[in-house]
Amino acid sequence: MTELLVGTKKGLFVLEGEPGDGFEVTARAFAGEPVEYALRDPRSGRILAATSSPWYGPKVFATDDPGGEWQQAEGVELPEGGDKALEKLWILRLGEADGQVFAGGDPGVLFESRDGGATFELNQALWEHPTRPKWHPGGGGLCLHTIETWPGEPDRLAIAISAAGVWLSDDGGRSWRKGNEGLRPRYLPEDTPEDEVGLCVHRMRRHPRQPHRIFMQFHGGVYRSDDAGESWQDIAPGLPSDFGFPLAIDPADPDSAFVIPLVADMDRVTPDGRVRVYDTRDAGASWTPRGDGLPQPHAYLTILREAFERKGEGDALELYFGSTSGAVFGSGDAGASWFDAALNLPPVYSVSAS
Amino acid sequence: MATVCLRQPLKRLAGDQADHDLAGATVGELLAALERAHPAVDGWILDERGVMRRHINVFVNGERAAQETAVAAGDRVDVLPAISGG
Repeated sequence: MTELLVGTKKGLFVLEGEPGDGFEVTARAFAGEPVEYALRDPRSGRILAATSSPWYGPKVFATDDPGGEWQQAEGVELPEGGDKALEKLWILRLGEADGQVFAGGDPGVLFESRDGGATFELNQALWEHPTRPKWHPGGGGLCLHTIETWPGEPDRLAIAISAAGVWLSDDGGRSWRKGNEGLRPRYLPEDTPEDEVGLCVHRMRRHPRQPHRIFMQFHGGVYRSDDAGESWQDIAPGLPSDFGFPLAIDPADPDSAFVIPLVADMDRVTPDGRVRVYDTRDAGASWTPRGDGLPQPHAYLTILREAFERKGEGDALELYFGSTSGAVFGSGDAGASWFDAALNLPPVYSVSAS
Repeated sequence: MATVCLRQPLKRLAGDQADHDLAGATVGELLAALERAHPAVDGWILDERGVMRRHINVFVNGERAAQETAVAAGDRVDVLPAISGG
């Protein structure tokens, strides 16, 4: 059985089912409030959710039962008495160390928990980074949306901020350095200095079995890094557009990646009225459209950066993504064919699968 | 003492109690006193800067008020979510 945790503009929806047998909504939580992201921690069995109430501010909650009581995590806040407030949470990510959970948010901040998400602390090195005054928000704010761990090595982290680029750490977040070599932002002048940090990364995924390899969907560009995020090469040729938000990988194959192109930054819908996932099986040398079962024609959907997730790997790879039109689509055969998991949810912000 | 009046979910966080008699010369002081008395409310009405959240409305004796609005003994201070969303 597969469980999908679907964060939406109007609450968290729990879907359960299996490819081929259909999915059904089994619980809803935080009714009426935006749920940016939720995940189930397999170490504890608990579900963690990042919410951004327009009235009461961003919070992290945890529960054993999504239909029951949720406990608010402590410490998800900026230093009291400062001149900034936490605007929004974007992502939760499990760390490699026992009980380690990360949360990323706006304004470009990282929180870390060592107790499974009960309490968090602000990452001070990133908060006080000397380049921070040069960081500029993208359209969605100064969002820290990607936190990629290194299997078996808790100290090695890669994060991405829109629009402040890629940041790497080899010491568990006590220091951070840029990882932007090779990224080419078309939205900046050609003579922009090399040390510009205003780079709008949309999503990164590290390959768990070949951790030096990371795939990236950029704001106009799809890239691959073979040196753990130090430098990047363009792998977008072959796609109908190099603009999009989410990206998924197949743990069984370091040469595989999946993207969902949108027309362009000025027209953020699926191209040609057809919803299609593109996959590469040769590290980006070529791309193949996968749309069997997905909406077309006249299907102009937007899929956000957290709204594409996988479960399993290889021939058993399951893929799931949700749209801002409230649909969730799934594939039980690595993208070869697709089915509807839900069609009438609120706008989907995120999908996680377990 | 003025009386701060809460509705859900703030009421639940404040000991499942709607009305709270608190000391303070302004709305902001009353809200800070509420947080001290009920730490679970911390961060829900005032953000880290100590600023009232954008979509929270406060009324003193039925009149729309701001964080700096003065309050007197016996005043009723209603804390309500704003009409917002979409």
